[in-house]
Amino acid sequence: MDPRTTFETAPDLAGALGGVGYLAEEALTTVAWLALRLGRPLLMEGEPGTGKTALAEALAEAMDLPLIRLQCYEGIDSSQALYDWDFPRQILHVRALEAASGGGPREVREVEEDLFDERFLLARPVLRALRESPAVLLVDEVDRADDEFEAFLLEVLSTWQVTIPELGPVSAATPPVVVLTSNRTRELHDALKRRCLYHWLEHPGIERELEIVRTRAPEVSADLAEQVVRAVHGIREDRELLKPPGVAETLDWARALHELGTRTLDTATAASTLGVAVKYREDAERVKKALDGMLTP
Amino acid sequence: MSIAQHRLDAAEHVRPPTEVLLGFARCLRAAGVHVTADRERTYLDAVAAVGLDDPGAVYHAGRATLCGSPADLERHDLVFAEWFGGSRAGTKTRDPMQRPVTRAPLEGEEAQTGTGGDDEEIVKARSSTVEVLRHRDVASLSQAERESLLALYARLRPRAPRRRAHRYARDRRGVVDARRTLRTTLRRMGEPGEVQWRRRATRPRRVVLLIDVSGSMSAYADALVRLAHAYCASEVPTEVFTLGTRLTHITRPLHQRDPDRAVVAAGDAIPDWSGGTRLAEGLKVFLDRWGRRGMARGAVVVVFSDGWERDRPEALGEQVHRLSRVAHRVVWANPHRGRAGYEPVQGGIVAVLPYVDDFVAGHSLAAFEELTEVVARA
Repeated sequence: MDPRTTFETAPDLAGALGGVGYLAEEALTTVAWLALRLGRPLLMEGEPGTGKTALAEALAEAMDLPLIRLQCYEGIDSSQALYDWDFPRQILHVRALEAASGGGPREVREVEEDLFDERFLLARPVLRALRESPAVLLVDEVDRADDEFEAFLLEVLSTWQVTIPELGPVSAATPPVVVLTSNRTRELHDALKRRCLYHWLEHPGIERELEIVRTRAPEVSADLAEQVVRAVHGIREDRELLKPPGVAETLDWARALHELGTRTLDTATAASTLGVAVKYREDAERVKKALDGMLTP
Repeated sequence: MSIAQHRLDAAEHVRPPTEVLLGFARCLRAAGVHVTADRERTYLDAVAAVGLDDPGAVYHAGRATLCGSPADLERHDLVFAEWFGGSRAGTKTRDPMQRPVTRAPLEGEEAQTGTGGDDEEIVKARSSTVEVLRHRDVASLSQAERESLLALYARLRPRAPRRRAHRYARDRRGVVDARRTLRTTLRRMGEPGEVQWRRRATRPRRVVLLIDVSGSMSAYADALVRLAHAYCASEVPTEVFTLGTRLTHITRPLHQRDPDRAVVAAGDAIPDWSGGTRLAEGLKVFLDRWGRRGMARGAVVVVFSDGWERDRPEALGEQVHRLSRVAHRVVWANPHRGRAGYEPVQGGIVAVLPYVDDFVAGHSLAAFEELTEVVARA
């Protein structure tokens, strides 16, 4: 199945994403659909917890493709992203050859060729995505990786091909669907951005977030869900917060309150469960002060 | 007016849609968005894919293909409204004023008197929250002065502090590099040879310079921006901000080779040169928007300031405490420290000293040399 032609129009994609529990704004579905249609990577930026990573998961589920995830971190290099040779097994193989041949003459070249055989190859996410394509490749938090890694990504994303010196080139018949996410801890290089379609993800509005809670946590009662969503929106209004709660936190909070058997949210229960939604001590204190006004209309 | 209508109107003047769209892309480039030819091409492809009939989709296609940052998106929306007329297809755009503001809130504008300022120099340059937006007055230097300055700053050779990297590099000590050892062994037809070693490599740490450009620091601000340029021109990964009544990111203007041009460009970017000071607010904005997200993490942060915080030194202390928790090392450079008989008795300085790793002077070129040493050893 070619991801380029899976969905005829953007609303089709929106419907499919909704079917797997990912409710997206029109802007996002249009951009995601364009990324599929044009075969371009999709670069998602935005506050943490707005559903950047979840989009890749939802896309994979909606199109019934495998999701291959590459988590970036400082110092990641191509041996973690692309492929590596299984060194212990290679050594074992050399020892086994020694034992089996009983010291008979064997060309080093032959041994070496043996060693760099397919079975000693550890395929890492990017190589797997190219081989298993069509697949969804999620390159998470690309801003954490170094510039050199960005350049490497650029190469793969433009040619959909990598060359393993010992084995030859590997290329994808159909380009995989690539989603890159970034938290903007640093500016990505323009060359990488130019390859991608760009989307800035905002926190959803009250109505949309309420729908998300209803879909993702159907066990939570409607009243409680609404109260939690309104409270979270109230908390987010405070621009002074170190880290405003994301959608994931809203869901966690609603589920936590549900597990505790809460029917309606009051100041006491909110304050005692606040740690689910707010993760900094300074923030927790500010929010506790503000909660009184928020929950007693 | 929808795009289809626009197209109809345009048809009277025989303008094909491609021309309208490309015109929009050019217009966007003129507005300061980095639109390249390949982006234009992608834009046309994207619009062709979504179809011209849906203005909303064309709008989203433009945002996705021509933009690369939230600032670009804002410009796109403004130009889109201008070019295609009024309607934005009912899509919510972010009001520029509702962004997390970089500007610290203005407090009362009551007349300031130097609080407890017995030092007449400090009284003269008393801090005030009145925001004076004033571009730096670029004094015209004579050719000789310029050359001597160049020669002086050329003596500064900023070196980057190093940290241990994730990667390994070949070394004479460390752990056994099994892969390299195997390779050399294979090269010798399986004959065991010398064991190869590897060790964690080092990488340069980022250096963040926060320069106070308020009135009380005006005598030093120019020299400090030149120092910042020396850092930007070196191999050291550097980010530079100025603190006054606002926080200004001046790394980009400083990345010009010519020091004079760079300093002028930086001066143009700073709206609050020699204005009042809101040091604690500025630091807070830095930490919230850049520092805590990663720019200050593990970095060596140098604050150039006299710590002249008008009324709430404890707020300054709190922000520096936060800074010290994310940064690898906090260096505080106070130009007044270089003077004979200086005692850190100023409220702001007293509040920050417990959280500062190095407290150095910053009033002369010799002091700058010492500072680069402190930073390199951090």
